[in-house]
Amino acid sequence: MSSSRILPNAPIGKAAVFPAEGWARWRSLVRFLRRNPALVLGVVLLVLLFLFAVIGAYVTDPKDAQPLAARPLLKPSAAYPFGTDKLGRDLFATIIAGIPLTLRIGLLAGLIGLGTGTVLGFVSAYYGGWVDTIIRGVVDVGLTIPGLMVLIILAISFSGRLNVNNMALIVGLLAWLYPARVIRSQVLTLKQRPYIEVARLTGMSGLEIIFLELMPNLLPYLAASLVGAISSAILASIGLEALGLGPVDSPTLGMTIYWAILNGAVINRWWWWWAPPIVVISILFNGLYLLSMGLDEIANPRARRSL
Amino acid sequence: MSDAVLQVRNLQVCYDTAHGPLNAVNDVSFDLHKGEILGLVGESGSGKTTLGMALVGLIRSPGRVAGGEILLNGRNLVRVGEEAYKKVRLAEIALIPQGAMNSLNPVTRMREQMLDGLRDHGMVMSRAEADAHVASLLERVGLRAEVANMYAHELSGGMKQRVAMAIAISMKPKIIIADEPTSALDVVVQKHVIETLQDVQAELGASIILVGHDIGLMAQTVDRLGVMYAGRLAEIAPIRETLIAPKHPYTRMLIESLPSVTEKLPLRGIPGLAPQLLNIPSGCPFHPRCPHAFDRCITETPLLREAEPQCWAACHLLETNQKVTEMTG
Amino acid sequence: MRFNYIIRRIGFFLIIIWLAASVNFFLPRLSGQDPIREKLMREAMIGGATQTGMEQIIKTYEVKFGLNRPLYLQYFSYLGDVARGDFNYSIAHYPTRVIDMLRDALPWTVGLLSVSFLISFFVGTFLGALFGWPRTPRYIQWLFGPLLSLNAIPYFLLGLVMLYLFSFAVKWLPSGGGYERGTLPILNLKFLLDLAYHAILPALSILLAQIGGWALGMRAMMVTTQGEDYMIFADAKGLSERTLFLRYAMRNAILPQVTGMALVLGQLISGAVLVEVVFQYPGIGSLLWRAIRETDYFVVQGVVFFSIVTIGLATLLLDLLYPVLDPRISYEK
Repeated sequence: MSSSRILPNAPIGKAAVFPAEGWARWRSLVRFLRRNPALVLGVVLLVLLFLFAVIGAYVTDPKDAQPLAARPLLKPSAAYPFGTDKLGRDLFATIIAGIPLTLRIGLLAGLIGLGTGTVLGFVSAYYGGWVDTIIRGVVDVGLTIPGLMVLIILAISFSGRLNVNNMALIVGLLAWLYPARVIRSQVLTLKQRPYIEVARLTGMSGLEIIFLELMPNLLPYLAASLVGAISSAILASIGLEALGLGPVDSPTLGMTIYWAILNGAVINRWWWWWAPPIVVISILFNGLYLLSMGLDEIANPRARRSL
Repeated sequence: MSDAVLQVRNLQVCYDTAHGPLNAVNDVSFDLHKGEILGLVGESGSGKTTLGMALVGLIRSPGRVAGGEILLNGRNLVRVGEEAYKKVRLAEIALIPQGAMNSLNPVTRMREQMLDGLRDHGMVMSRAEADAHVASLLERVGLRAEVANMYAHELSGGMKQRVAMAIAISMKPKIIIADEPTSALDVVVQKHVIETLQDVQAELGASIILVGHDIGLMAQTVDRLGVMYAGRLAEIAPIRETLIAPKHPYTRMLIESLPSVTEKLPLRGIPGLAPQLLNIPSGCPFHPRCPHAFDRCITETPLLREAEPQCWAACHLLETNQKVTEMTG
Repeated sequence: MRFNYIIRRIGFFLIIIWLAASVNFFLPRLSGQDPIREKLMREAMIGGATQTGMEQIIKTYEVKFGLNRPLYLQYFSYLGDVARGDFNYSIAHYPTRVIDMLRDALPWTVGLLSVSFLISFFVGTFLGALFGWPRTPRYIQWLFGPLLSLNAIPYFLLGLVMLYLFSFAVKWLPSGGGYERGTLPILNLKFLLDLAYHAILPALSILLAQIGGWALGMRAMMVTTQGEDYMIFADAKGLSERTLFLRYAMRNAILPQVTGMALVLGQLISGAVLVEVVFQYPGIGSLLWRAIRETDYFVVQGVVFFSIVTIGLATLLLDLLYPVLDPRISYEK
């Protein structure tokens, strides 16, 4: 039953995306991308950010992101493009160092969350019964409770001893809830589809059905959920860090904002301290957001202009 | 039959698809006489529903009325703007939609839905007058007055269909377009709904276009029958003549495919499939499946011709005077 | 059937309350030690003016949560305390009781949040409905992009930017606080206006950041709704543009939006906490900030507990509201 490898909601052009000649293939891809501006824009933003971090890493020294690297409170200049903060950190180096740290937390937590969430959501939908009731109950309750509050209690209990990886773990604890719900409802829908019945009737084993029939159709949802999980993980980590509950010695973006707020950077007009992290975070979130919108469009194409 | 209430001339409805334009309704012309029930049959994709929607002006992007005229009292509705068309809808031409199951607003009560059309058409009524009007409409379609306070999910399929009918007649329109009003209903309810439709029509003196695919049902209900194929009118004639002596091969094969109640014969169908509207065969669209097709059918599209008084068909055979009487296949 | 639904929803709320308390009890102990005891010990060793108070707290603490006491008994003691509304005293500001600090701070937060949330919901939903309607004029449709962009940014960051722009770059709006420092909080018009004046920026930060989300959801729902059969029939009735838009499209599209409200509440309070910090707004956010600074565990626990319960209550209210809007619900559930 490999017919089901073609996504049930594939856009019209998808079948034509991989024709024989290379040039036509290129043109179909361009046409596909033109229909999905969100995806393109999102990827562009993220790639730009990535390049910024990578190139920046070559021209800066991570030691400059620590206190006493330079004279404090210098305005942006050629030597220090983002100036320095009150403790003497070179803010350009700080931001450059912070981006991969924040991304790492997001990626790790997002993956943990997605992995756990997918497995649980899947089990819940596929096997049903009391397993489903329990998991669904936990997810419902978990999504109602404001996650940051729970994280605060956790983080404060470990305060002072957190590093980047611990942060990822803590944040990942909550990241599985939403993917679990999404995957569960998708699997429930797919379970009803006739081709699953047919697969079962033709004697495909449970595992075969899962990997050959269900998984390919879940992929767009998995991708969209991953991006969503990463976004919310980064959001949560920034929230914790801005409160001062993050890895105190690491120059993550959230911690930089924390130091800025704590030292009254706004009141004292030290705009170069708080503005760059905000810009970077905005680009990051907008990029992720657009990316998830783009992936969502692939998973659920909305009313198209033509028949 | 006296004067025509509605005149359709060369109507063309085109959809702009990713694969090119397609004509869902192609060069259709007919008259609707006062007080008559005109049936419109065809397979899925024949254009019958699109035609109905076009008459109410509900062809929306990516579709458009690409040509032709719809004359109501001499006024060409195709040229009329959206604002003016809103006034025509319900008051002069009413629609009983396909799938009344989902055609009622799920979150408002029946009463509200029966009155909002009247209100937007400028009718001002006091609370008592409105209640009375709603009650009388419900009674006309055979529903209890309590239905007015119910929600859509509390009604059965037949009841919903009748509410839709009540709404359609609420402003005493001259023309009612009933788009497959009985498709999703069981036979008993079907009968009731059709009877109600006939009663209502007799009372109002309205003309009805009954769109469907059940020729058996048409046989019992309509005065004239139009047969559509691939967006064109294949035949249009009084019902008796159509059933006894159909002029178009498609019509004939359709009627012959109806199982007989009296004899037990092998089932007959029409070989082949209805054409994709993007790839309509040249000449007569039916020629690939027609047992009587000859070379002219492939090159030239036949026009509707009056074979006998009141009986029109679009088939080249009529000109060659070959009688389409033998059974084949 | 309606009754069943209500009972279940209230039950859900009670579970939330119980979980809030349990989270406060178990999570700190996950590390193996009790960080609260350690903190209290440290405070005791520092000595100073609060010495006698500290001894009192430590003694009470030992009785209830002492090492010799089995965990489940400690747990029940804690639950009992919470049920009685006893959240202990503030470690850093003894003898102020946590419950009193919360009572002063919570109204500010609830007020700020309700106002910004409701405004952003209604404005956002209405705009979203317009974005999803084909006959909306172009200049309105252009708002969509910027609103979405703002939606991606955490509220408090937007707050920081706005604080700088409107309070320092141009001195139009106050730089912080709930009301003008030094004035007495009396309930007269002048004070109320002052309150509003100080609430503008914090409320706007939350509002602007949220609006895009509502608009996006509503727009999508409007698009789906317009494909429904009842829209075709409504159109066939010759209804006016306004009736079609409001009573048929919006009225149906808004239902999932209201469900969406419940999901967003958690994010709302998490974001609001930091907004209050940025604007030094005297709500539970600022309370929390200070408490984290001072490692004042009991205050943190109190804030966490009440945020969870507040959100739980709001969710309950929304759940009870839903059947009123959608007549199908009480029958299908």
